[in-house]
Amino acid sequence: MMKMSPGADAIVIGGGLHGTCTAIHLALKGLRPIVIEKNSVGRHASGVNAGGVRQLRRHPAEIPLSIAAMDRWMNLGELLGKHASMCEFVGNIGQIAVAETAADMHPLEERAAELKRMGWMHEELIDRDELRRLAPAVSEHCIGGLISRRDGQATPYLTSQAFRLRALDLGVRFEESTRVIGMDHGARWNVQTSVGAFESDILVNCGGAWGWQAAAMVGETLPRGHFASTLMVTARMPHFLDPVIIGTGRKLSFKQTDNGTVVIGGGIFGVPDLEKETADPVAERLRVSAQTCSILFPVMRRATIVRAWAGLEARMPDDIPVIGASQTAPAMWHAFGFSGHGFQLSPIVGSLLADLIVDGKSPLPIEAFRPGRFNEGILELDPTAA
Amino acid sequence: MSNERHDLAVIGGGPAGMAAATTAARLGLDTILLDEQPAPGGQIYRNIEQLTRDGDLDLLGEEYRRGADLAREFRASKAAYRPNSTIWQTSPDGRIGLTGPDGARMIHAARILLATGAMERPVAVPGWTMPGVMGVGAVQALMKASGVVPDTPVVIAGSGPLVYLVATQLARAGCTVAALLVTTPGSRIAGALKELPRALLAGRDLLKGLAWMNEVRRLGIPTTNGTSHLRIEGEDRAEAVSYGADGARKRIVAELVLLHEGVIPNVQLSLSTRCRHVWDETQACWRPETDEWGATSEERIAVAGDGAGILGAQAAEPLGRIAALDAAFRLGRISQVERDLQAKPERAELARHGRIRPLLDRLFHPAPESLAPTDPDTIVCRCEEVTVGALREAVRLGGEDPNRAKVFTRCGMGPCQGRMCGPTVSAVIARESGHSIQEVGTYRIRIPVRPIPLTALADLVGDEEGLPPGGSTL
Amino acid sequence: MFRRLRMPDGGVTIHVDGRPIAAAIGDSVAAALLAAGITEFRTSAVSHSLRAPHCMIGNCFECLAEIDGLPDRQACLVTVADGMQVRRQIERKTA
Repeated sequence: MMKMSPGADAIVIGGGLHGTCTAIHLALKGLRPIVIEKNSVGRHASGVNAGGVRQLRRHPAEIPLSIAAMDRWMNLGELLGKHASMCEFVGNIGQIAVAETAADMHPLEERAAELKRMGWMHEELIDRDELRRLAPAVSEHCIGGLISRRDGQATPYLTSQAFRLRALDLGVRFEESTRVIGMDHGARWNVQTSVGAFESDILVNCGGAWGWQAAAMVGETLPRGHFASTLMVTARMPHFLDPVIIGTGRKLSFKQTDNGTVVIGGGIFGVPDLEKETADPVAERLRVSAQTCSILFPVMRRATIVRAWAGLEARMPDDIPVIGASQTAPAMWHAFGFSGHGFQLSPIVGSLLADLIVDGKSPLPIEAFRPGRFNEGILELDPTAA
Repeated sequence: MSNERHDLAVIGGGPAGMAAATTAARLGLDTILLDEQPAPGGQIYRNIEQLTRDGDLDLLGEEYRRGADLAREFRASKAAYRPNSTIWQTSPDGRIGLTGPDGARMIHAARILLATGAMERPVAVPGWTMPGVMGVGAVQALMKASGVVPDTPVVIAGSGPLVYLVATQLARAGCTVAALLVTTPGSRIAGALKELPRALLAGRDLLKGLAWMNEVRRLGIPTTNGTSHLRIEGEDRAEAVSYGADGARKRIVAELVLLHEGVIPNVQLSLSTRCRHVWDETQACWRPETDEWGATSEERIAVAGDGAGILGAQAAEPLGRIAALDAAFRLGRISQVERDLQAKPERAELARHGRIRPLLDRLFHPAPESLAPTDPDTIVCRCEEVTVGALREAVRLGGEDPNRAKVFTRCGMGPCQGRMCGPTVSAVIARESGHSIQEVGTYRIRIPVRPIPLTALADLVGDEEGLPPGGSTL
Repeated sequence: MFRRLRMPDGGVTIHVDGRPIAAAIGDSVAAALLAAGITEFRTSAVSHSLRAPHCMIGNCFECLAEIDGLPDRQACLVTVADGMQVRRQIERKTA
């Protein structure tokens, strides 16, 4: 791993949360980052996701990162200064995977046991009384669930903007509406864009659903999977729900925001177009979501949907991101491919990357996310490996 | 896809829609007209069938009778008709989502013709959100649909032919119009009248407009030209309206104030198709970019009538027929030669009705204050109560287009989905950011284009066959 | 604020906040309420200010009311039916 001198230039490709957070932490270490963003900061997944700040049911490899991230969410002022409140983060409301039947409880029980074996205590089984205490509006037939009590929610687009404003405070430069068209490494990196060339010492690829394209520009083949994740939101409703709810036997992610609107999503696919950079919701697929809401929360029969949208997300074959040094290019690192669950990790990944880039070492285990894993024919990773 | 398929789906039951559906059916297209109202007529000919039955047409004027003929021809045609249908999706792939009395369903059409007409330009003045403040068209709709009229003195404020027409209609119905505050400068009205000889080629339209202006004078309705900076005053409902006139500030007590600064195309559905839209400087409005057949930049989507640009009810008919001819041609039912031949008389009629338009557009062009209010406390987004000041702050934080400003302020996130604030938000952001309105753009409009009850969505009739995949796993 | 030009022949009865109101066949719920002298329909989301219909044709969403148990329906787009139950969505802020 290379050691970077203060004053070194850095280019971060991608102005989503991971790119912006990386830029913040590189700036804190004395580098001079430029963020190159083809649209506007937070335009895609970072700005339009469901806003769940979730530790619950993470892939074991992500758990250490998720816990560290949650510590940062709980102390956003340290990371974002005066911009912290813009995120509208609410923590400690809990996220609950609801079980309707014994068949639903079974995998939740196994999960709780598995985590305890690994030494993680943050996921806890709850019975029907506790479920009802936490979410009185839940349907009578629900029998319990699995909760992560520290979990919460935030407003994604505002969070993206808060990160951007903090980055600007630290002297990070943003080049929006600027598209990367090529890059080469001679003595330094030369990145060609739609508005001209930029030079830097290091290069970070936080290109989200387009991350594979930046990799391809340096001859590195990384998975190019993507999907359109759909959400819908209701008109304001009287307050009835504090925790965030996810389905177990059914696909659902469900939360009521501070202004009373209910945001509904969870595994519903829209129509993605990576080239046109559009993602459209599909009414026929939203139907199932609508049915599920009313089954789990009868009060939702009074709800009116006022808007639906979709976001473009990368998807990795093993559903966990790529984080680590490029296999082919010097002084280049990747952090993308969060497969629909990168939001909660956003305060930590950029920090780890900056440590990796400048100090040569990540303080948390990221071996599971190495870009090289797709060439190894190994998809089932041992989460206890360093 | 659910089983229901048509060649042509016409959205909107006004003059353009009725004319288009009638023509398309005559040309042999399997046509359906979808409309949210219970009966045909759109806005201009609202409730025309009932009013004809009741013999109430005199109240509203001669030109109203044309709607009765159109409705009769439409009913007699082979076009299918689905009233009481809220349309919340019209996709470029031909999928249409609607909610009707029997629930929500998807239907499919090879071509979609949007004929959703116009809406009153939202007029954001201080106090405009209080009870007792309505659009001039709102009161006209009440009169047409239900025979309900004001029984308190009314102040009408704004510009455009409709303010004179409604003033006379209200007076004819026995209402008191306490004042007509015209925001058009008096000098501009005088100047327009100077163009009379040339504009008289427009014939009936202009004479009709002059007749309304004359009638207002004859009825002794106190009229002030060149008024500006309207402000509705009151604690929690309208009590008075103050305004600038002749260099002074004046005030009239009023419980009911009717605002109007012209009509603009209703672009919610056309925006949702992602077809190209332009900011039309002449009419100060957004409209879809269409060719002479009403075709848009999306292959299956066409627009006819005021929804493509304000040309009025009489121009809407030939526009509807022209679009229907093009649909028949594109679907291979008639040849290009046949299409062009049948379109000729329609284009001649269109030209006749179009002659007065440049004069009207110039005469009644809204004041900058009406397009983009400056008072920081004026509410721009009614649903979420977002003010000019809040928008200014959002622009400062980086919200340089309506979609970014939306997330900072929640403007456009309420039930009206940006209908009432869209044009004003674009204009205010343009002013605050120094970009043109065209550059600033509009809200991104997504389905459902009208809110849909969750229970209706849960019971949506429509299958997933033929839908594109949700993603790739390469 | 509003009156009818003529009393309707026949008609229906709807219930507004429990109170019976006469309406004409074909009236929108919004028109029926205005004709009955109701000038406040709901309160706004943020400041709980009084609101009433503004456009009457389905664009302003100020006429939202709970109709037959379903909230947030546009009263100007719903035709009255005999026995219809309408509840206004009024939530005044307590001082």
